Amino acid sequence: MNVELLPNIRFQPASDQSLLVHFGQEISLETHREIVSFLKLLDANPLRGIVNLHPAYCSVLVRFDALHFTHAEIEQQLAPYLGRLHEFGEPKPRLREISVCYGGDHGADLAEVASLHAISVEEVIRIHCSAEYFVYFLGFVPGFAYLGGLPRELETPRLPSPRKKVPAGSVAIGGNQTGVYPISTPGGWRLIGQTPIKLFRPESEEKSFLAIGDRVRFLPISAQKFDELAAA
Amino acid sequence: MNTIRILKPGACTTVQDLGRPGFGPMGISPSGAADPVSLRIGNRLVGNPENAAALEMTLSGGHFLFSGTTAIAVTGADFSATLRGTRIPSYTSIAVDPGKVLEFGWTANVARCYLCVQGGIDVPEFLGSRSTHLLSGNGGYQGRELRKGDVLNVGPPPSNSRPRQLSGQGHANLVPRKVFRVTEGPQWSMFSESARRSFFGQTYRVSEVADRTGIRLDGQPLELSAGSDMLTEGVALGAIQIPRDGKPIILFVEQQTTGGYPKIANVIAADLFRVGQLRTGDEIHFESVSLETARSLLLRLEAYLSSPELIRE
Repeated sequence: MNVELLPNIRFQPASDQSLLVHFGQEISLETHREIVSFLKLLDANPLRGIVNLHPAYCSVLVRFDALHFTHAEIEQQLAPYLGRLHEFGEPKPRLREISVCYGGDHGADLAEVASLHAISVEEVIRIHCSAEYFVYFLGFVPGFAYLGGLPRELETPRLPSPRKKVPAGSVAIGGNQTGVYPISTPGGWRLIGQTPIKLFRPESEEKSFLAIGDRVRFLPISAQKFDELAAA
Repeated sequence: MNTIRILKPGACTTVQDLGRPGFGPMGISPSGAADPVSLRIGNRLVGNPENAAALEMTLSGGHFLFSGTTAIAVTGADFSATLRGTRIPSYTSIAVDPGKVLEFGWTANVARCYLCVQGGIDVPEFLGSRSTHLLSGNGGYQGRELRKGDVLNVGPPPSNSRPRQLSGQGHANLVPRKVFRVTEGPQWSMFSESARRSFFGQTYRVSEVADRTGIRLDGQPLELSAGSDMLTEGVALGAIQIPRDGKPIILFVEQQTTGGYPKIANVIAADLFRVGQLRTGDEIHFESVSLETARSLLLRLEAYLSSPELIRE
């Protein structure tokens, strides 16, 4: 049976037990809102065969119970949800501020990022702190927020091969994205600074300092201030 | 309450059950046993529910002192287990008396060995599961690998605890294989014809970087098409991503939940438990199958795991 979908929505198998629902090709607030609505609808009326969801900028990976459902059956079950994406109003954003010590031991790639753009280190910091960012989704590792709003002039390709260990709290740029590593992990983005703020908080209700839809600003701090805050 | 004291931990020993799916929206991967098939069989052998928590040992095992009478089963890799100096068979429930020490050595074959204890390992649940998420330091026993001196509680034993062993036919399905079957990844079309040929044509070697988050493979680098910096998207368990150096990484149980490297292929569900048994230096290659074939292989594996003939009393 064929199901009528919005013209921007497309299904794609990702593995034998998961599929991607694509909501568009470009990062946009409109697409983001559709994804948030989709998650809310599934949260309110869970589907039995769905095991996990991995939201991203323009897509949601749906892991399903492949013992009992095929890709086609899951697509059919998801279709009614995808037809109701505009039932929710615009949520009120919250502003979160993140203190960052840029460069030196705290941001090993800052100098290289500056030289790749032929600007000074100070200029990279100024531009990075001048923008207001937006949390599109949490992913990668627990509490990692993918932020939209990186100024064009700071877009920098990912590292040729990911680092095996990125220090917790690292603030980084990967392509046209920027974010903070909540825990020490492997990672392929370029490190420009580090925050003393704990982003993943498993003991708290929300589990994470940042939530989907938050607005975010970075504030530059000295290495000394970093040590003070980290010790607090 | 029965306890297990860790006299020696082994190279990387953690508490694992079948994991905590469902927290992708917070960036939390399911974790759980790297080889869930061995865990499920081990739990059945001691009369536990299949998702009871057990000890997952990697490459080398520990020494464990039991406080009370219980039954255990050792599954997965052969770590030359001995109970008070006497070799014990794998895939068989074994009675253990108070004060006995169970010792494991180095692996004689594959990467991971499971010690299942009647009643399961009783640690607090984190987001509905007892499995350790090493990367974020949550779940399991204090969110970390076990150390010398740790004491683990064991849950109440199940009522039905007759001795059991795996049938001969059961063993035949668990022989390690060099071939990993895959379906096309979401970025399959971004790879050139020659990159695809190279991916399926070559023998890869498991590199030193192989853990619960992922397994990096060494081999001829795959050529990436221009403009392969893609938008980050959700990644599936067993996804084979190709970073810029052209060498594949299989994303595993403590995987990142989203990522921006293109995925050429994805290990099928029925072969994922074998990924958990890969060791550095192992040589593997990939074989393409359809989604339909992948599904029938998964159904076959599940039928094998749930068959009454699997376990003999």
